[in-house]
Amino acid sequence: MSDQTSMISARGLRKSFVQRSRKGPGIEFEAVRGIDVDVRRGVAFGFLGPNGAGKSSTMRMICCVSPVSGGELRIFGLDPATHGPEIRSRIGVCPQEDTLDNELNVWENLYVYGRYFGLPRDVVRDRIDELLDFVQLTEKAQAKVDDLSGGMKRRLTIARSLINKPEILILDEPTTGLDPQARHVIWDRLFRLKQQGVTLVLTTHYMDEAEQLADRLVVMDKGVIVAEGSPRELIEQYSTREVAEIRFGVGENEALAPKVEDLAERVEVLPDRLLLYTDDGERALQDVLGRGLRPETTLVRRATLEDVFLRLTGRSLAD
Amino acid sequence: MATPMPLSGALRLVDYWAIVYKRTWKGGVITSFVTPFFYILAMGVLLGDFVTADPAQLDGAPSYLAFIAPGMVAVQAMTIAISETTYPVMGMVKWQRIYYSMIASPLSVGEIVLAQLGFVLVRVLFSCGVFLAVLAPFGVFESVGGTLAALPVQLLIGLAFATPVFAFAAGLDNESAFALIFRLGMIPLTLFSGTFFPIGNLGPVLEAVARVTPLWQGVDLTRMLVLGDVDWVWAAVHVVYLAALAAVGWWLTVRRLTRRLVK
Ligand SMILES: Nc1ncnc2c1ncn2[C@@H]1O[C@H](COP(=O)(O)OP(=O)(O)OP(=O)(O)O)[C@@H](O)[C@H]1O
Ligand SMILES: [Mg+2]
Repeated sequence: MSDQTSMISARGLRKSFVQRSRKGPGIEFEAVRGIDVDVRRGVAFGFLGPNGAGKSSTMRMICCVSPVSGGELRIFGLDPATHGPEIRSRIGVCPQEDTLDNELNVWENLYVYGRYFGLPRDVVRDRIDELLDFVQLTEKAQAKVDDLSGGMKRRLTIARSLINKPEILILDEPTTGLDPQARHVIWDRLFRLKQQGVTLVLTTHYMDEAEQLADRLVVMDKGVIVAEGSPRELIEQYSTREVAEIRFGVGENEALAPKVEDLAERVEVLPDRLLLYTDDGERALQDVLGRGLRPETTLVRRATLEDVFLRLTGRSLAD
Repeated sequence: MATPMPLSGALRLVDYWAIVYKRTWKGGVITSFVTPFFYILAMGVLLGDFVTADPAQLDGAPSYLAFIAPGMVAVQAMTIAISETTYPVMGMVKWQRIYYSMIASPLSVGEIVLAQLGFVLVRVLFSCGVFLAVLAPFGVFESVGGTLAALPVQLLIGLAFATPVFAFAAGLDNESAFALIFRLGMIPLTLFSGTFFPIGNLGPVLEAVARVTPLWQGVDLTRMLVLGDVDWVWAAVHVVYLAALAAVGWWLTVRRLTRRLVK
């Protein structure tokens, strides 16, 4: 489905903020420290990273609402500094924080937004009907935004971002704060968009979301990209197939780690449990018990992107 | 980001502002018509009965009511301009973040500012237009042509207040400074800018201060027009003053709002 057309390309892209203090010179803070990214047409591209990794800063530069501080950025081959309005007319944006107008109803929110793009009024009206149907909010057309649930607001924001039939849809944490069912509804809609050939760029700090939606992803931490690939490739490259989790009593985990170290390819010590990386988790577990150790709970599972992240940064995503 | 004449983009925002107007015009009726009407009644009619000054002392107005009527119209233009560019701007930057949804579209900050000022002017036009029409039957205006010309002057007054206040509001972190604008700006201006008494009564120093306030410039221009007694040199000074203020305010607004939103 993907072709070789470059939709987004970044080389050594940087973003720094100057925090102005009342006295003295401002302190410069680098949120994005030189990243290279290539997004091809039709791909679903994920940015996975913990809070403060620089995901939103990167998205805002791609959306041409935040000037690039260094390096090069091209969207559709165009420079945001000189072609901002043109680029913005061809992308859809679902920002991390809602920017819906609470005083307007659902229909009006879509209508005024379509008009910002200069679409003729009758075109906007037709698209609103289609989009409300697509995000399953047709019955809520006249509802006030304030009365919508979190999941509905998110769906409305997605509908709004599609009003200009964007070639790239940018989703900054599309399901953060939603319950599992609401997340699945959104994933399903995004999946359909992907099938229609829309290029998706999404950020998330949920590994399951990245695994579900992204064909390719970069793992970002502290403003840099620490790994890149498809979810499968990353797991294969940075983790074993399985993970045995064992949990001893409070405070004992770290002390007992040396006793199991040789039972797996690698052992990670977390405050509340030990992770044994091995291709045969059950076997590792048997070995642990065979040494007379008695963990309070045990679990064998497949490796996930969470493990990739832990390996790469020494921290878990949830922090 | 600011194009010199961002008109076509601003027109795309007409639908947004029309919806806002449809939702808010009823609430605006109270502040726009009822309040100024109470002022006219209390000050102009009831208090005015006790004021029997020589017309020469009232800048040529035949009665006290005729003296304060044009002042109240200009105050109205100022009040609407300030109230539409304080809390609403803060709300769009911070509370509802509407500006962020606007700049995500192809619209530029200049276009967004232009459209919002257009909305403020429509509010000023309706409100001052009705106000002038309601006052006319009381016989407080001497010149029909002058009274008609006073309406676009109210737009100029509105703009001269709207753009600097918009610029101020665009950079604020929180709304507490608005209380200053109202208490230390709007209220003293309303009271001491030649609205309720000629500024000659203030004494030479305060009179000089009053003369440089934009409200006095607007009040004096409006009064000259409706009384049909225009000093063209002064009128030109007033127009240039107000237009310059509006232009500087426009420039500052686009600059400050861009800094706020695009970072
Ligand atoms: N406007 C700004 N001014 C100053 N610092 C900023 C600004 N925006 C972001 N930062 C800083 O840049 C860093 C990266 O922020 P960013 O929002 O890009 O992270 P993120 O990966 O999106 O995180 P989250 O998962 O919390 O949304 C953070 O340390 C943040 O405090
Ligand atoms: Mg973010």
